Amino acid sequence: MHGLVKKMFDIAGKRFQFFLISGVVILIGIISLLTVGLKTGVEFSSGSLLTVDFEQAVARDELKAALADLGHSNVIIQRTGAGDYLIRTRELNDEEKKALEAGLEARFGKLTEPEFSSVSPMIATETVRTAVIAVAVAAVGILLYVTWAFRRMPRPFHYGTCAIIALIHDALVALGIFSILGGILNWQVNMMFITGILAVIGYSVNNTVVIFDRIRENLRLDINADFETVVNNSMVETLGRSINTSLTTLIVVLALLFFVGATIQNLVAVLIIGIIAGTFSSICIAPTLLVVWDKKEWRRFISWLPFRWAKAGE
Amino acid sequence: MSTRNLITLSIVMALFAFAVIALLYPLFGRETMRLGLDLRGGIHMVYQADFSDIEKGQEGEAIDGAIAVIERRINILGVTEPVIQKQGTDRILVELPGISEADKAKKLIGQTALIEFRELKTSAGGGEEWVPATAVVNGQEKELNSAFFKENTYVTTGQLGEVLLVFEWNSEGKKISEEVTGRLIGEPLGIFLSGEPLLGDDGKPIAPIVRSKISDRGQIEGLSLNEAQELSQLLNAGRIPLPLTPIYDQTVSPVLGADFINMSVKAGVIGIILVMLFMTAYYRVSGFLANLALIFYGAIVLAIFKLWPVTLTLAGIGGFIVSIGMAVDANVLIFERMKEEIRTGRTLGAAIEAGFNRAWTAIRDSNITTIIVCLILIWVGNSIVGGAPVAGFAITLLIGVLVSMFSAIVVTRTLLRLFVGGPLSKRTYLFSAWAGKENV
Repeated sequence: MHGLVKKMFDIAGKRFQFFLISGVVILIGIISLLTVGLKTGVEFSSGSLLTVDFEQAVARDELKAALADLGHSNVIIQRTGAGDYLIRTRELNDEEKKALEAGLEARFGKLTEPEFSSVSPMIATETVRTAVIAVAVAAVGILLYVTWAFRRMPRPFHYGTCAIIALIHDALVALGIFSILGGILNWQVNMMFITGILAVIGYSVNNTVVIFDRIRENLRLDINADFETVVNNSMVETLGRSINTSLTTLIVVLALLFFVGATIQNLVAVLIIGIIAGTFSSICIAPTLLVVWDKKEWRRFISWLPFRWAKAGE
Repeated sequence: MSTRNLITLSIVMALFAFAVIALLYPLFGRETMRLGLDLRGGIHMVYQADFSDIEKGQEGEAIDGAIAVIERRINILGVTEPVIQKQGTDRILVELPGISEADKAKKLIGQTALIEFRELKTSAGGGEEWVPATAVVNGQEKELNSAFFKENTYVTTGQLGEVLLVFEWNSEGKKISEEVTGRLIGEPLGIFLSGEPLLGDDGKPIAPIVRSKISDRGQIEGLSLNEAQELSQLLNAGRIPLPLTPIYDQTVSPVLGADFINMSVKAGVIGIILVMLFMTAYYRVSGFLANLALIFYGAIVLAIFKLWPVTLTLAGIGGFIVSIGMAVDANVLIFERMKEEIRTGRTLGAAIEAGFNRAWTAIRDSNITTIIVCLILIWVGNSIVGGAPVAGFAITLLIGVLVSMFSAIVVTRTLLRLFVGGPLSKRTYLFSAWAGKENV
């Protein structure tokens, strides 16, 4: 019975199909990143962000025209779920902000401004630097911990590296899809987005480590077993857990999406993409990469290449 | 039922009771949750100090002086729990929670609040212009301004009910004033605030004609009562000794904050209910017990938030809600393990113990990686300007992860053990999805 279940779920054997799926998604994301790019929020590229709530209905085009008349032609306008407008301008000082508000009130009637933020270029530069350092430190910390946790296994460094590849995979998927969404919905990369990416990194590794833990245990039970079989069995045995935990986490994140609007939509969107990508990568990418590395399968891949430069020396 | 299990159960119940009491009643001086600026509304500003006019070695003193002045000015506004502190060596952080008159507050903080007295001089082009009134005192040319006021200005009304702002010169100011006013008898004296002409109640610049030499006290007439009082408070609070430029500004209206709280409470409650339904449907009795552990988890985490206290931001609440989903992870790991053990024909008691023991390494290693990420996020959040949401998210997630390990490992196990040897324990299918069918 058990053997049958495990044969039905030959995850390890389908590894190249999984790599292909991931590769396509990441490739589309990278194309979008290179063409559309990411719109950075005020935290990362400085400027002012006003949330404006008009009492009467104002169309987006009217608002854009009015802003252009007021000398703010280079603005990004985004409509929130609550019907407010987010207006992103260059950095405004107090007088410029007052002039802008007065100009809009003269045109569209009374407005309220629930939120305003303004960031100088100096702060923006510091923020970018710190965010980059944070992601790098997180990756190194995880690599070291996973390598240490699997120190009694043969080649513990493989586990750490594969966990890192899986988390880079998740971060790339999230960045790529966010770039596409950003292009369509005018979403900007802000502090919430970075928080989401780091949370996804933590979540992804968390999932990966659970499966690696099972591989560690199963290898100890049967030292002579075929590595690929052990990896596949471990994935199948933990499949229920992987899916259930992702489901419970997705449930609460979706609740956040539906009830808490625009302010944390970036966080929520990144978490949803990240949880799905993280579940996929921890089941289909990280453990199967261990198999690829164990069998040194890149040699096979290289031998498929048309130029066969790997065999040039023969 | 072992005595040890009963003791653990009593400790768990006591902890839970304590958490509920802490949440419902004021305890250790904490009456409510501490809410961040995005939930209470308010201002978060960072100012960059410009030391170019300050002598070398005096920078620290100048910025401390500026902080003291800002503190006094904010006292005028009557904000509760304001934060005014130095960041690094050359920045000042100002947080004013719950404030609704954001523009007024910003104006008050940013003002140099220097009243200058100027005289009319004929300029090179033939027209007249206001230039600072100066006098040579002790061999140095000094401008006449409010830097020489004693900090005891006050507002009063004259015989005709006119509003008067009364000030007194200090000893140096007295000498400058005597010389300037002695020279300008019969001439107008222009009054300027922060470089702009000071406008009176009637909208015209205030520029009285000097009638006699002024040596000790002077008065400014023509302001509205409100303006005069504000100015008097501002002058008494002192002058900020160096230029400050705002480099970060985050303003949230209190109304928006209240909306956020309602929305996130709704999201949290619905999220918890859905997770509970899922756990009960899938893991049956075990799932139901995990839900009890989840309630325990929620009460403990919220009590820690309140008593520590953790400053709750919108992102922090997001972190807490996400941690609910992850909190059941340890239980899911354990139950999946139990299912496997029950399939191999073990009794419920043996399956529980084996399930917990064998799931432990996975729970430990996976949570440590999350903890590493949380610690890095807390560091990032505290080291960048405007990083409060990041730190808020990470702190709540970190507390959530730690408490969830405890609730899954101790609480769920203790509850499950209550069933061992009982009438239900033979029906292992009640404790784990599909476990029974495998044995048929």
